[in-house]
Amino acid sequence: MEERALICIVCPLGCHLTVTIEDSKMKVFGNKCSRGEAYAKKELTAPTRMLTTTIKIKNAMLDRLPVKTEMPIPKEKIFPCMSILNKVIVEAPVKRGDVVVENILDTGVNIVATRTLRIKIDRQV
Amino acid sequence: MNYDIVIIGGGPAGLASAIEAHKKGVENILIIERDRELGGILQQCIHNGFGLHIFREELTGPEYAERFIEVVETTGIEYKLNTMVLEIDTDKRIKAMNETDGFMIIHAKAIILAMGCRERTRGALAIPGTRPAGIFSAGTAQRYLNIEGYMVGKRVVILGSGDIGLIMARRLTLEGAQVLAVAEVMPYSGGLTRNIVQCLNDFDIPLLLSHTVTAIKGRDRVSSVVISKVDAHMKPVVGTEVEYSCDALLLSVGLIPENELSRQARIEIDPRTRGPIVNDAMETTIQGIFACGNVVHVHDLVDFVTAESIRAGTSAAKCVIESHKNISATHEKVIESHKKKMNSIHICSKAGIAYVVPQSICHENLEDQFSLFLRVKAVYHNAQIVVKADGVTIKAFKKNHLTPGEMENLILEKSLLNETIKSLTVEVIQAEV
Amino acid sequence: MYDVVVIGAGVIGTAVARELMKFDIKVMVLERENDVACGTTKANSAIVHAGYDAPYGTLKGKFNAWGNRIFGEVCETLNVPFKRIGSLVCAFSEEDLATLEALKHNGELLGISNLEIVDQLSLRAMEPNVSDDAVAALYAPTAGITEPWELAIAYMENAMDNGAELKLNFEVKTIEKKCDHYIISDGNTLVEAKYVVNAAGVYADQIYHMVCDVPEFTITPRRGQYFLLDKSAKDHVRRIIFPCPSNKGKGTLVLPTVNGNILIGPDSEDLEISQKEATETTLERLNLVKQLANHLIKDIPFSENITTFSGLRAEPSTDDFIIGFSQVDGFYNIAGMKSPGLSSAPAIGIYVADEISGVLNAARRTRFEPKRSIRIQFEHLNDLQKKALIERNPAYGRVICRCEMITEGEILDAIHRNCGGTTLNGIKRRVRPGAGRCQGGFCGPRVVEILARELGCAMESVCQEGQSSYILVGKTKSL
Repeated sequence: MEERALICIVCPLGCHLTVTIEDSKMKVFGNKCSRGEAYAKKELTAPTRMLTTTIKIKNAMLDRLPVKTEMPIPKEKIFPCMSILNKVIVEAPVKRGDVVVENILDTGVNIVATRTLRIKIDRQV
Repeated sequence: MNYDIVIIGGGPAGLASAIEAHKKGVENILIIERDRELGGILQQCIHNGFGLHIFREELTGPEYAERFIEVVETTGIEYKLNTMVLEIDTDKRIKAMNETDGFMIIHAKAIILAMGCRERTRGALAIPGTRPAGIFSAGTAQRYLNIEGYMVGKRVVILGSGDIGLIMARRLTLEGAQVLAVAEVMPYSGGLTRNIVQCLNDFDIPLLLSHTVTAIKGRDRVSSVVISKVDAHMKPVVGTEVEYSCDALLLSVGLIPENELSRQARIEIDPRTRGPIVNDAMETTIQGIFACGNVVHVHDLVDFVTAESIRAGTSAAKCVIESHKNISATHEKVIESHKKKMNSIHICSKAGIAYVVPQSICHENLEDQFSLFLRVKAVYHNAQIVVKADGVTIKAFKKNHLTPGEMENLILEKSLLNETIKSLTVEVIQAEV
Repeated sequence: MYDVVVIGAGVIGTAVARELMKFDIKVMVLERENDVACGTTKANSAIVHAGYDAPYGTLKGKFNAWGNRIFGEVCETLNVPFKRIGSLVCAFSEEDLATLEALKHNGELLGISNLEIVDQLSLRAMEPNVSDDAVAALYAPTAGITEPWELAIAYMENAMDNGAELKLNFEVKTIEKKCDHYIISDGNTLVEAKYVVNAAGVYADQIYHMVCDVPEFTITPRRGQYFLLDKSAKDHVRRIIFPCPSNKGKGTLVLPTVNGNILIGPDSEDLEISQKEATETTLERLNLVKQLANHLIKDIPFSENITTFSGLRAEPSTDDFIIGFSQVDGFYNIAGMKSPGLSSAPAIGIYVADEISGVLNAARRTRFEPKRSIRIQFEHLNDLQKKALIERNPAYGRVICRCEMITEGEILDAIHRNCGGTTLNGIKRRVRPGAGRCQGGFCGPRVVEILARELGCAMESVCQEGQSSYILVGKTKSL
């Protein structure tokens, strides 16, 4: 029987999990909720992560817009996604939840804005 | 200018308390914010992990903030941006100013302090070496990176494993910088465990526990830093120095509640939390001045800030509504009743407990359930947190894992307390091995 | 062709430049760094010594006593903070008591009045936090505190208001002596002058060596390290507290600053003659400073430390100040300006300007403006004044630095004056944003933004201090 120690990252509680693997059957201990079990199994087979970053935006009060993957993406897709997002430029106005990149890298996951940025109004002097 | 409630700080604490006070029937509310927008530090915390307790979903900082900002916008709660409060006094008079309104004196029936916290600096640690450019507190670097869109370095060392430091290690890596190491003087991390997993381990960034920066080199810009091991007394061990060639050093070495205004108003500060002493209503030692969020004690989850701020908002609303009802109540009576509320049941931190908030509770004010927030002083496994009333155990909480980096929230039932109790004590008991 | 080139824009060089402007003299100040006041002037104890310490008969003795007498007037004219808070030299033994007597006697020879030896009881009453082991003290009521870099900035600004010129980032590489003038070069630009005043601090020996094959002095850097405590430690001491002096100097002291912080230091560490850039702090030495200070003062709240720094004193091989025309015709040295260099600066400025104007046969300038234009310090205004000021100029309604309560209006003023600030630290020295407890955590990005806007450059070009001390390495998404 193989035993693996993991820390659940589903929520900030950070449960310390123990996973036993016997005949490719996984058992999870130490989780406070069912999501911990799902996390452990997934982490040991096909780990995924949320990606949060910024992209360029024009005509807004700021020139960076925070964005995120709508759902977790495969861990190994993180840097390839960043390469794409580094080149994306959007224009204000943008609303929270607007899709800025559809189905990034064929993951089936959209990139969405995580804040609203209106068109910049230059302050009158 | 007159308001029922003035809230100082438009971050998560200020927003939640304003909305709650409004919900409870107070309409004449003003939020004063020093930055150019509401939302506070959440606007630069673009990572996710916010809102699981409050919204049952996982949001990023800006999303979490915007949900509250939208409510503020629809309720007609007033707010002033780019506005600095210069002074508050015990009569709840606020001096504030900005470019458009100029210098203002604002009168409030109740004040909610929600100024948040600031970062500890290199000076607080007295890190030896030169004083070049390229040394940033993690939060300042986060603002440059996420809001202004600037890189602070290409090869970076981070001192301190607080959450902002860990989060910044990932952000800098994603943006193309190389994070060489995170050094932590304590034998355990100061941040949430899940941040160590997904911010450091995912990117193979070494976490050096019991290590600290013992020299900074470089004349104009940081050229390298020296990291040394520390012994059990946190003194650097000679001969363990390793030099890291880098162009930036980020410091994530703790947060300090920002209480300069509170001190001016002669509000009593708890030396353990460095925030105001509060009761279960989040009222400070000055009647009618409430406090919530990181100005009271440093939280690691914004959800708990919100929960605490909802209590502060409720209490401030109650205070205002009562004052409207009892116009005849003399000032002395109000002060007397406040004194009683502050001195009813004291809560003391005993073995293993760094602090408990609130510092006092009042039996007659308590809801059926109430929360105690606390931090422990060291790492414990298989321990118990025991709450005693006048020396008698009333509740024990089993804890597999306790660490100073993670705040604990104990929920107690009012029914456990009888009305004659004078004090509650909280302590950690390590289970027999 | 300039009449006089001053090399070095520390407090001495700028004082000389300003005093020279009282005469009809064309003056250029050359400074290696990105700003004035970047050497010893920015890292010292900020004390205006009463003057009892430097031996009677020495230049140190003469100029300290003279400088102290005129310091208040100079600071008032130039709008520089100065407080005569008095100093106490504490005695811990019989031997120390004899030292106090000797100091008092020396002071009296130099014409310093009001010196008084106070007993333990009076000492306690004056300074309750002085060590219980201190048995008596020499009280010198005329000792004061100032802001050394602000004095240098003020001198330079006023010199420029009166027509002096300043070249920053000009590191003198060669000085060529012609028959009646000098040609000074940084490798790119040539500056010509009839007279050269060498006020190059720890580099004064090297500058002199450029014109003199066998200089009669060398300058060795002596390093001192300091702690600066938060304003919450205010009043821990109210005067300048010294231990008894030794051959290493005046010892490690504890004093308030003009801004209400507590300053602790320095130690005294002789470096190699080549270590003229070694301004780093070290763990061992900071610990030593702590230990020495704790011996002098009780319960120092080191937990309230906001920064540590070190400065290099210019220790001359001759032991005394070197002030005067050198053996090389037209080349004037002001070297070895260790303590009490700051205290002496106003007097040295006057003395040197008199000497040089004499040889130049220069007349008094008819339109000399001695005063520096008013600087508004928002925090010091009353409510009505604040209100009126913001109405007149809304930039004073925007607070940039919360800890020190500094408005955008003050920062704009500091940028646009003569000898204005162009770097983050330059602004901090002039109007203090970032000098408080958060050390620029909140205001840093805002000051960088204002500097970029006002200087018309990119955020990435804004420097913290020296020419390559850029703060930001570029925009995100551009690597």
